[in-house]
This record gives sequence, C-alpha cells and structure tokens, in this order.
Amino acid sequence: MFRDAGLVAGKDLRIELRSHVTMQQVFPFAVLVLILFGIALDPDRGFLGRASAGLFWVTVLFCALLAIQRAFTIESADGGRDALRLSGLDPAGIFLGKAAAIAVQLLAIEAVLAVGVVVMYGTEVTGVPLLVATIAAATAGLAAAGTLYGVLAAGLRVRETLLPILLLPVLSPVLIGATEAFEAALGGAATDGWPWLGLLVVFALLYLAFGTLAFGTLLEES
Amino acid sequence: MEPAVQLRGAVTLLGRFPALAGIDLDVAAGEIVLLRGPNGAGKTTLLRLCAGLLPLARGEGRVLGHDLSDRRQARALRTRVGLLGHATGLYDELTVADNVRFWGRAAGADAADVAAALAGCGLDGRLRDVPVAALSAGQRRRTSLACLVARRPELWLLDEPHAGLDHDGRELLDDLVQRAVDAGATVLLASHDLERAEALAHRVVTLAGGTTGAEPPPGRGRVGPEEVALVP
Amino acid sequence: MPAPPTTASPATRALGGLSLAGLALLLGYALWWSPPDIVQKDSVRIMYVHVPTAIIAFVACGITTLASAMWLRRRSEGWWVLGGAAAEVGLLFTGACLVTGSIWGRPTWGTYWDWDPRITSTTLLFILLVGYLALRRVDNESGIAAQRGMRAAIVGLLLMPNVMIVHYSVDWWRSLHQPATITRLDPTIDGEMLFTLMLGIVVFALLFAWLLVHRFRLGWLEERAHAGGLDAAIVERRAEADLAGRTV
Repeated sequence: MFRDAGLVAGKDLRIELRSHVTMQQVFPFAVLVLILFGIALDPDRGFLGRASAGLFWVTVLFCALLAIQRAFTIESADGGRDALRLSGLDPAGIFLGKAAAIAVQLLAIEAVLAVGVVVMYGTEVTGVPLLVATIAAATAGLAAAGTLYGVLAAGLRVRETLLPILLLPVLSPVLIGATEAFEAALGGAATDGWPWLGLLVVFALLYLAFGTLAFGTLLEES
Repeated sequence: MEPAVQLRGAVTLLGRFPALAGIDLDVAAGEIVLLRGPNGAGKTTLLRLCAGLLPLARGEGRVLGHDLSDRRQARALRTRVGLLGHATGLYDELTVADNVRFWGRAAGADAADVAAALAGCGLDGRLRDVPVAALSAGQRRRTSLACLVARRPELWLLDEPHAGLDHDGRELLDDLVQRAVDAGATVLLASHDLERAEALAHRVVTLAGGTTGAEPPPGRGRVGPEEVALVP
Repeated sequence: MPAPPTTASPATRALGGLSLAGLALLLGYALWWSPPDIVQKDSVRIMYVHVPTAIIAFVACGITTLASAMWLRRRSEGWWVLGGAAAEVGLLFTGACLVTGSIWGRPTWGTYWDWDPRITSTTLLFILLVGYLALRRVDNESGIAAQRGMRAAIVGLLLMPNVMIVHYSVDWWRSLHQPATITRLDPTIDGEMLFTLMLGIVVFALLFAWLLVHRFRLGWLEERAHAGGLDAAIVERRAEADLAGRTV
C-alpha cells in the first residue's frame, strides 16, 4: 500500500513539476484572493491584520478546491480511470498517494500565502510552534477529505459546481479549528489554541482512515 | 488445460444499457483469436468484460479461472490481463519512459522489464524522453503497447491495435504478439485490418449485433499456418 | 404487476389523521392554552415548532446515514429509496427549522440572523443535505441497482458524522463568543410549556413519519418503473440481434 502511494504521489508531483499548473496558476490565484480581500475590507483600518488568520484559511480553502480539481483532471484524460483500475495499484495506496501530493502542493501554497499575509496585511508572527502544527494538521485533513470528495465528484460532468457544495460544509470544522488556533498563536495566547489542534488532528485521522477504506469502491463507479 | 476464456450467455451493462445480449465464447490457452464484426457489434465491450472491468449482469463467465460474476475475482483478474484500448491511458505531461515506468511498476515490473518493453517497442531511442503530448497518435499507440508489454500479462486483449500504426509499427505488434504467445500468453484481438489479423490469428469469431455468430463464415476455413482452407 | 393508483394505505391514513389531529391540538396549546414566557413573552410560542423540527432534522440525517450503510452492505433498492426519502423530508424540516429560528430571532435578537451556533450549524446541515440530494440526482444515471449510487451512498454514510462534527465544532467555536440562545431549555420550564413542547415533538414526529412513508412509496414505484424498463431494454436488444443475425 505505501509503495503504491509513493508511486502515485511521485507521479502526481512529477506531473506538477513538468506542467507547473499549481505554480503558474494557483499561486497567483492565492495572492489575488488576498488582494481582493484587501480591496473589499479597507486596508487602512487595521481589519486585515486582525482578520488575517481567517482570511488566510478561507483563501487556503479556495486554493484547495482548485488543487483537488486539478489532481483529478489529470486522471480524467483519455481512459485514465480504466487504466488505474487495471493497473494493479492498491486503491488505498492510490488514495494516500494522491492525498500526499495534494498536501505537498497545499503546503507550498500556504507558504506563499503566509508570506503574502505578513507582507500585505502586516501580521505579526508569534507562536510559531502552534502555527506550524496547525498547518500540518489542517493540511492533512484538507488533503484527505478533499481527495475523498474529489474522486467522488471526478467522474461527473457537473464536478466543478458540485465539488464546492459537497466539500466546503464538510471542511468547515477545519476552517474553525485552524482559524481559532492561528488567532490564539498570533494573539500571543498560544495555550488557548492547542485544544483546537486536537480537533484538526481527529478530523484528519478520521478522513485518512475512511478514505483508505472507501477509495477502492469509489474508483469502480465510473 | 483450462480454457483462458469461457463465456455462456453473457450479458453485461454499459451504464444502464445492456450490452452483449447473451454471448457464448471459448478461447483456449495459447490461442490467438480474432474478433470480427461491424461497428457497434460489441467487440470493445467484450474485451472490457474479459478484462474484468465490466460487470456480468446475466449468464456465466470465467477468464483465466476467475469467475466474472464475483467482483473480487474480477478485480484480481485485472493484474493478469493487458488491455490495449482505444484510449491511450497515458499521462500527457510525462515522457514515454515515465509512463512505461509508472504503469509497469504499478503492475510489479522491475527496471529490466521496463527497459525491455521500451526496447521491444522501438521506444528506447530519441522518443524515450519526449512528453507524450508531443507524440503522434501512432507513437502514443506504441507507448501504450509498451506499457502493456511491461506488465507481462497472461491474456492480451487488443482493441484495434493496428489502427494508427504505420507499417513498421504493425510488424512490430505482430512480432510482439507472436513472441508473447510462444511464451504462453493468450491473445484476443479485435481488428478491422482483416488481412493482417487473419494471418496472425488461429481462429476467427464473428460478432453480429451483440451475439457471437457461427464461425467460421461459410467458404472460409480456420486460418493459420497449420490449417487448411475449406474449398467451397 | 400494475402500479397502485395511490401511495396511501390504511396505515398512512391513520398516521395522517393522527398527525392532523395532533397538529390541531398543538396549535391550540401553542397559541392559546400555554402561558407566555416570562422573558420572551409570546415569541416563545414559535419554539414549539422550531425545536421539534430541529430534532426531526437530525433524526432524518441519522436515517439517511443508516440507510446508506445498509445499502452498502445489502445493495437492496429499499435502502436506496429510504436514504433519499429521508433526506428530502429532512430538508423540508431543516428549512422549516431555519425559518422559524429566524422568525424567533427577530424579536429576541433584534435581527433575523445572529450567528447563534444552532442556526449556523443548521444552515450548514441544510447545505449538506442539498449537496447529497444533488449528488443522488446525478448518480442516478447508471445501470443495475447494485452498481449505481455508490457515490451518493458514501456521502450519505458520512452525512451524520459530518453533521455531528460540524455541530460540535460550531458550538465550541461560538461558545467562546456567545452562548447558544436557541434551545437552551430551561430545566424549570413551566408544566404546560413543557407539555406543549413534548406534544410538539410527538406531533412533528408523526408528521415526519407520514411524509416519509409516502415519499418512500413514491420512490419505490419509481424504482419499479426503472427496473421494468431495463428488462424491456434487454428483450429489445436481443430482438435486434436476432434480426441482424438473420440478415447476415
């Protein structure tokens, strides 16, 4: 299972390295959203700095939608699904591999956003351990749930409109947890934030477990 | 020895539509069988059924000893077959070598198998590191073929394999098929290139409207080097 | 077998009658016989609708999740139909819950929306149901009953867990900023008010059951029609093949 996951993750990341879609399209989108928030929320009145935790994670959610759609678009080209079914790859391995690749791309996007938020919103960075732990747990949860719902929507012609309404309500606990943890860290009260990390970790574990079990059956329905 | 393929009254489903209205088919191990028939007769569907990709809605079916009505067995069957279909099943952004390596390793092939597959399909030269998106249709076909060869399947299911290949490509394919059969594989192929395919095949089966018709057609006998053609 | 002319039956007529009678009784108690709340005055009366619909909405999600789980194990049509029926009727009750909650909010909070954790998580629940139903409609395309519906079943299976996680997260989140104002049931609630509330729960449960049975039967008939169509299609295909065979 892990060998197959490594193969699939390697393949997905190699495709990204060759095609640069995340780097050339999603990174600019992320920065663009930050700017749009700035335009909408009056940069001079200090809102942006105070709201930066929430704005950061909302932007991550939107970028995650794009990354997930992309991860399954590359599989949809020309008989890809049949090929995966025939391949001999363990479906649980395919799930973990795709989720891992999505997670890596999300981490890169979050790095860009972190720089953007600090530079554009003037956020002061404190409580770094909590910030890092939150990013790790939240990203794992986003990638796991996203891969599960992504494959669900992947074979459908309406997937671009269906995936957001299926996935975003499911991810709202991640948004809540990550935002609260970030606010605690950035507000200097990191001890308040650690319980939220617990929520994120539980969420991530639940979806990793469920996705591993259910992916095989989902791959069959095309 | 157990037949490679055995179908009785098989019906499958494409989405919600039934296909193959009750097919009977026997393929012995080590045979090369050609499927003939007009477009829409169900050749592609039959091949996909034998690959374990489609469900068996009615009737009975055994492929390489796997019972097709049991989904678990049908899934286990897939690693033992190789399907070359209309779709390429390749990742456009990756190179030829990357694709063959990925699909080969997914099926458990090692680096030697991958290299042999690339060489066997004439892809170990200039084309090796070219992204698939930059290849012609015929070259993509060859790449898909290499992905199949790397898996070393026991049952080859070829859906119009000659289409899109140039003369050299077709010779190459025939050669690969022959070598695979010599090594013990079974081949079921559908082709419109009848002259070439009939020379290759041991036996011809005709599909008419989703059922197998009587074979061979009147006036022609079994084709193959050992057989004698019937004189009308 | 010919289709029955209606989805009604003696059982549903009894159920329907009972719910209507119950509703009338509830209206009486809710609007006249029970006393107004000390703090909320008469606006508490809408609670007698709001709280039951909230509870029923949760129950409906639970039924959908259970039906999805059973379908994944048994693949029988009944469970498939039940999952969809429960979700649809549940959607209705969730909508009612949101509207009544909002109406209650106006005199209480001064506004129609207050980010109260209940109303926030109920809105997310509404969208979860909408998504599930949208997926079911799309997923209805493919073949034999055992094959189609896998996507919707997985989402249905996750529905109740998602509802619970969301509910819990939102509750925790808002509790830092503001306690839940809706459904903070006062334990010293007055006898008649408590009775009316319990009555409301029972009546709406009956109403839900009545609607569910009808919707289930309707869905079941749809499935029968579809399956009949499949057999007819197979016969047709074979006839086509025979015809083609004869002309060769």
